[in-house]
Amino acid sequence: MRIKILIRLKSQILEPQGKVIEQSLKSLGFEEFSNIRQGKLIEIDLPDSLNEKERSEKIDVACKRLLVNEIIEEYEVLG
Amino acid sequence: MSFKSAVITFPGSNCDRDALTYLKDLTHGEVFNIWHEESSLPDVDLVILPGGFSFGDYLRSGAMASKSNIIHDVIDHANNGRYLLGICNGFQILTEIGLLKGALIQNKSIKFLGKDCYIKKKFDNKFNCNIKDSEVLQIPVAHNEGNFYCDQETLNYLQNEELIAFEYCRGEDSIDDGNINGSLDNIAGITNKNRNILGMMPHPERAYQDFHVSKDGKKIIESILS
Repeated sequence: MRIKILIRLKSQILEPQGKVIEQSLKSLGFEEFSNIRQGKLIEIDLPDSLNEKERSEKIDVACKRLLVNEIIEEYEVLG
Repeated sequence: MSFKSAVITFPGSNCDRDALTYLKDLTHGEVFNIWHEESSLPDVDLVILPGGFSFGDYLRSGAMASKSNIIHDVIDHANNGRYLLGICNGFQILTEIGLLKGALIQNKSIKFLGKDCYIKKKFDNKFNCNIKDSEVLQIPVAHNEGNFYCDQETLNYLQNEELIAFEYCRGEDSIDDGNINGSLDNIAGITNKNRNILGMMPHPERAYQDFHVSKDGKKIIESILS
């Protein structure tokens, strides 16, 4: 099964790349686009033999041990 | 007994050689260069995690290096009360290991900063004890993720426990407060609670030789040896 993990900087932390993307979009005429923030998407194949509980436990451990720095980031598993 | 030290090299480290000569020239003791895949450190007084772009800064700066083989022994070394200094990428690695609080996020300006900066001592520790409170050090920085961040509770802890070693400040000709990257409370370097681990963004190993613009970087090693 293909797992997607969405990682974003916590909302209270300034995400400067999003600000620049927003400025560029505005210069292209997208004036109504606001509050743009950039994050990361990680895709992982996991064997179908794992049940949902095992899968979610493994993903949580991997996120906490390496994929996510919870001081600055939060994550969401997108099925 | 002579002072012994070591520098860890990760794939992508690019200040490891500078750190080695910095230690050789200033400590006059034995200096080891240790590859990150090694499982044990020699018996040394000080370990430097050098600057660079370990593992290409993939995922987050310092994230991969914090899981390297040698790190178990680096943690043991620090837990035994010996000195551990993380410079630039080394500071990022120390926060990723969890030996130091907080995290280093992208510079507020989104620019890679390669220039001299000015820092001064905030609270006393073994890494800065030879530096006067009023003294301003001129030391280069070279980083993209040097913006120190932590939550308010952690910031209060760092202040109350006096764990902030260096803060950015104005130089003689500065027009602003010297905070080059957006760091909270102008933080340029912090220690752990035992004050035997220092992480700092500026590069003291690039400020000690005759051909360097400044020799202020010497003062870190001189403090440790004093």
